[in-house]
Amino acid sequence: MTEPSSPLVARDITLGYGRSSIIDGLNVSIPAGSVTTIIGPNGCGKSTLLRGFGRLLRTREGEILLHGAPIDGMRTRDIARRVAILPQAPSAPEGLTVAELVSRGRHPHQSWARQWSSDDEAEIGAALALTGMTHLAGRPIDELSGGQRQRAWIAMTLAQGTEILLLDEPTTYLDLAHAVDVLDLVDRLNDELGRTVLMVLHDLNLAARYSDRIIVMKEGRVVTVGTPQETITVEMLREVFGLSATVMIDDESGAPTVIPHSTRRATRIPVD
Amino acid sequence: MKTLSELAPRAPVPEPRDGAGSPRPLRIGSFSRLWLPRRAVILVVLVAVLLLAAGISLATGDYPVPLFSVPDVLLGGGDPLDRFTILQLRAPRTAIGVLVGVALGFAGALTQTVTRNPIASPDILGVSAGAGVGALTVIVLGSNTIVGTVVAVPAAALAGGLIAAVLVYTLAWRGGVDGFRLILVGIAINAVLVALTTWMLAGARIAQATEATVWLTGSLEGRTWEQFWPVTVAVGLFSALSIVVVRSLPALMLGDDSAAALGVRVGASKTVLLIIAVGLTAFSVSAAGPIGFVAFVAPQIALRVTGAAAPPLLISALMGACLVTASDLIARTLLPSPLPVGIVTTAIGGPFLIYLIIRTNRRAAA
Ligand SMILES: Nc1ncnc2c1ncn2[C@@H]1O[C@H](COP(=O)(O)OP(=O)(O)OP(=O)(O)O)[C@@H](O)[C@H]1O
Ligand SMILES: [Mg+2]
Repeated sequence: MTEPSSPLVARDITLGYGRSSIIDGLNVSIPAGSVTTIIGPNGCGKSTLLRGFGRLLRTREGEILLHGAPIDGMRTRDIARRVAILPQAPSAPEGLTVAELVSRGRHPHQSWARQWSSDDEAEIGAALALTGMTHLAGRPIDELSGGQRQRAWIAMTLAQGTEILLLDEPTTYLDLAHAVDVLDLVDRLNDELGRTVLMVLHDLNLAARYSDRIIVMKEGRVVTVGTPQETITVEMLREVFGLSATVMIDDESGAPTVIPHSTRRATRIPVD
Repeated sequence: MKTLSELAPRAPVPEPRDGAGSPRPLRIGSFSRLWLPRRAVILVVLVAVLLLAAGISLATGDYPVPLFSVPDVLLGGGDPLDRFTILQLRAPRTAIGVLVGVALGFAGALTQTVTRNPIASPDILGVSAGAGVGALTVIVLGSNTIVGTVVAVPAAALAGGLIAAVLVYTLAWRGGVDGFRLILVGIAINAVLVALTTWMLAGARIAQATEATVWLTGSLEGRTWEQFWPVTVAVGLFSALSIVVVRSLPALMLGDDSAAALGVRVGASKTVLLIIAVGLTAFSVSAAGPIGFVAFVAPQIALRVTGAAAPPLLISALMGACLVTASDLIARTLLPSPLPVGIVTTAIGGPFLIYLIIRTNRRAAA
């Protein structure tokens, strides 16, 4: 299971909140330089797993290895220089501007003396430009639309300049065109800068299009891991999501495309 | 590793915040900061206002000294009577006022930023009241010695403040601290501590009770150099300690998860920052009693004049000093009979708190 080229490996991990365990004895490894997407129904533990990988949640048992070393004993700052995580529902204080938010991404690289180096400035500028947020840099976050806000947070995560990106639902709130823009950006970061990406997506068609690997989760367990073609199947949709659907192969990309069967609408008597 | 800039070379530099003057990079060798001209202007204005208010405070009283001879006296000149009046009678009061204001403004800015809640200030959440009970215990037991004033009262205030803070935090804790529950618990504990104070006063002898009552409204009346030193040392030590930890504040403002993701040790940083805030509050209470609402109001004014997302620390501290010094001046001179400074700050702070609660409610309802 553990490949030598896996920057992130979960070995028999147990994660939970309070007294209850959400994930129990899970094993998975993330290949270097890949785009991996976790899919699964609401509440199955996708965010919990991602938070475990970013050590926002400590493992109760088992261990998470970052380039072979257990993250449990690492300094928070050393992790932050290598792994950036975009939580599912982050919140910014009222009045914080986009530029101020994005500049926070440089925190792990700064020190008491060095708080606005030319590197910081270049990376912040690039993060804003790549997410299409430059023209909104001076605007307070609370005055933006949901999608603009989402892109500002993505920009902050990018400004952190890490080799590994953990993104929890980066495309919620985004219209389809912007969702595609963000995923194209993820693809560029992966392809041109060699970033390893692990993300959670709900849109199975986008997940199929943009991922090298899919991790399918249900009730805190990993059901299957594989390429989109191997994992996104009629059987998986029925078993994991309880969804009856047709899966077609898109001619252009070769990615599976899910067409859900309308259970009600199709049988409705048309109103005239 | 390749950087983002390789994908977007020569990306434009982020625009400045609207109306805040253009931020500029300031770089000397490996030292770098983002320089905010407007904040610097506000800082200079506040220092000027503070110097003026302190000067007037030193010059004013039953034996008036011309304002222009105050600098002379402070630099070692002036006539003997002026020197005695200013340096022995008035300077302790003015200096303690400035320091207490700095301590309270700074403490309030820290707690408001760490808890991400403007109402979460040491004076509203019972920390000042706790320090008050601690100090009062020593005063009522009798502490008319130098050791009592310099050591026992500050120590008891610190203990009281810490106990109150731990109590509020523990009772509000439920797998994390929710802002609203923190406020409700804080206000409840504050009420209990105020009741405890009244009960202690009822049991005290008349002379001590009178002294204690004035002290409890927050007063700079009759302060001497003995009360000055503990606050000075505390402000010095705690500010030195804060120089390192305050760097985590910009990340903590984004919430626990985001701060941890940015490499901040959230639990440890928050604890140290809150201990600094409690310590500063307790020492200011030991010197001048619980001067109401300064820790709450000063950072909020600082927030509004700078247009920042969280109260800037230095400006909040200076604002606190201006507020206490000016309020004391008003309490001493403008009012028909001299009143403790705490009455004036409470008269300013109370309505402001009500305004903020109404506004928060509206926002939550909308
Ligand atoms: N902070 C928390 N405290 C207690 N339980 C939690 C907490 N966060 C999540 N849970 C529980 O853990 C389980 C998994 O939650 P998680 O957020 O990982 O799901 P998810 O797969 O990301 O769902 P979604 O698709 O809705 O985002 C859920 O049953 C949820 O109720
Ligand atoms: Mg989730």
